[in-house]
Amino acid sequence: MTTPLLETRKLNVRFGGVHATRDIDFTLAEAELRCVIGPNGAGKSTFFKLLTGQVKPTSGEILFRGRDITAMQPHEPGRFGIGIKTQVPSLFNGLSVWENVWLAARRVSTPMQTERVTREVLERVGMLSHREAITGLLAHGERQWVELAVVIAADPPLILLDEPAAGMSDAEVARTAELILEINRRHALVVVEHDMSFIRRIAKKVTVLHQGAIIREDTPECIMGDPFIKQIYLGKKPH
Amino acid sequence: MTPANENRTIPVPDALARFSRSWKSAALALAVGMIMLLVLPRVLDDFSLVQATVYAVMAILALSLGFVWGFGGILCFGQSAFFGLGAYAYAIAVTNMGDSTVPFVLAIVVPAAFAAVLGYLIFYGRLSDVYMGVITLTVTLILFNLINSTAGPEWKIGNAPLGGFNGIPNIAPLNTPGNVDDVIGPRGLFELSLGALLGVYLLLRLLLACKVGRVIVASKENEQRLLLLGYDSRLYKLFTFVLGAAIAGLSGCLFANWGAFTSPTVFGLAQSAQIIIWVIVGGLGTLVGPVIGCVAIQWLTTQIGTQQTINSNLVLGAILVVFVLMVPKGIVPTVGGLGVKLLGAARRKPEVSGDKRGVAQDDHHNATRKEAT
Repeated sequence: MTTPLLETRKLNVRFGGVHATRDIDFTLAEAELRCVIGPNGAGKSTFFKLLTGQVKPTSGEILFRGRDITAMQPHEPGRFGIGIKTQVPSLFNGLSVWENVWLAARRVSTPMQTERVTREVLERVGMLSHREAITGLLAHGERQWVELAVVIAADPPLILLDEPAAGMSDAEVARTAELILEINRRHALVVVEHDMSFIRRIAKKVTVLHQGAIIREDTPECIMGDPFIKQIYLGKKPH
Repeated sequence: MTPANENRTIPVPDALARFSRSWKSAALALAVGMIMLLVLPRVLDDFSLVQATVYAVMAILALSLGFVWGFGGILCFGQSAFFGLGAYAYAIAVTNMGDSTVPFVLAIVVPAAFAAVLGYLIFYGRLSDVYMGVITLTVTLILFNLINSTAGPEWKIGNAPLGGFNGIPNIAPLNTPGNVDDVIGPRGLFELSLGALLGVYLLLRLLLACKVGRVIVASKENEQRLLLLGYDSRLYKLFTFVLGAAIAGLSGCLFANWGAFTSPTVFGLAQSAQIIIWVIVGGLGTLVGPVIGCVAIQWLTTQIGTQQTINSNLVLGAILVVFVLMVPKGIVPTVGGLGVKLLGAARRKPEVSGDKRGVAQDDHHNATRKEAT
């Protein structure tokens, strides 16, 4: 068996009395695209924070390409090749769009390459015309694209996307799905989403989190047909 | 993919922001400095030249905090500690060694090394910004008290008595490397100080234009994002802190040369507060601002000092309050903004109609030109 890109073993986090994740065993192959769903408070964001070193696990281990990265410093996930697009775009607001993407590209590229990569990536997400704009003054949707560009520019083997389609129009959602499939040709992705039609469009396999634990792992069709999952999502439109 | 709303104008930086970040502004600042370097020694009398020298020396100190705070986002209350360490390191070393070459280097290296140790504890200990202020202030006051209590003859390093609150008098001036008899005069010290100011300014502009500088600014903007991208922000902050200390040390060395004297007041609370006032008044987030703020405040302090009616500290306090409340951006950004507005108004007058189109075309032209470079 080949080494998976990402593997977590019995990952647990407790914040005081709250058991945020319970014994998470998660495996992701190279270039796989996985969706993670679950109601609010299921532990999705905590799971992403664990993978990016922002939260330390109480117990368990995280392996990236077979290497134990559990005890990493906050800047090391980015070095190992894990990129994240957060739910609320996290960007250098006072800097221009170009500088935001440039900083991401520059860490992994030579100065000459950086200029080219920055231009290419901005073109890919359709923000090249906004390259001189001050990032903090852009609309929410535009900031989503810029953050996506920042993540792609660093060229990590694994990209985590936290609700990439939130707050987007239908046309934008369709474009985002297209872009994610395009990114997936070169990068593995883990996507947290609520929108089931969006998930059906991009994912072959879905992981369901509930109360901090993984309860199902299956195709989107089977997941959507599961009455228990419908029940825990009650109150949310399963589309 | 097209942006969500095409009718919305793209929020590009205004003309002033573009100018302040272009090489034109650096060239302008350096040109003004060069002219002063050539002209002032010819037109000023000796007293004014000595006065101008201390302005330049202090402007280097202001620049160091302007960089550390305005660009690195590190509010350091201890810039005067590095300044004082530079002055004392020079004074002690030159008294022991005679030749000033190594003491000059030590005046820069000792504060930098001290900042490296202090900064390592702060940044690698991941202390928050509040503690940054508390620790730097405390360290400054500790140094002040420490040096202040070294009055007895038993307190000396080599041949150099520390002098306690009386300070170290008769510090030997800088000399041509290797030639102890060829010492620097008032004119030479002016040229060296202003030259050093211009050199530091150029160095910082170059630094801010390259990768390290951009990462430093980014760490002020959003440290979390910087970490997620894989940059070790601690290292960049430490570098900023150490470079700021080295520049402050250089300023301290020149200060010790200027008065041939140094005392514990260089570590004092008043000195620390003054640097912060210079930066706020001149303009945080600019490099020219702290220099202008420093010169303006010092000139004003001297002017007020010549009369007896009002206490100069009261006036300084009032100025700080007025600036924080009414000119929060500081002199340079505010005056610059006014200048750009006036220029824009003057340019717009000839063609009242088609005004917007003209500007749009201009922007488009700029954009395409930038693409070409």
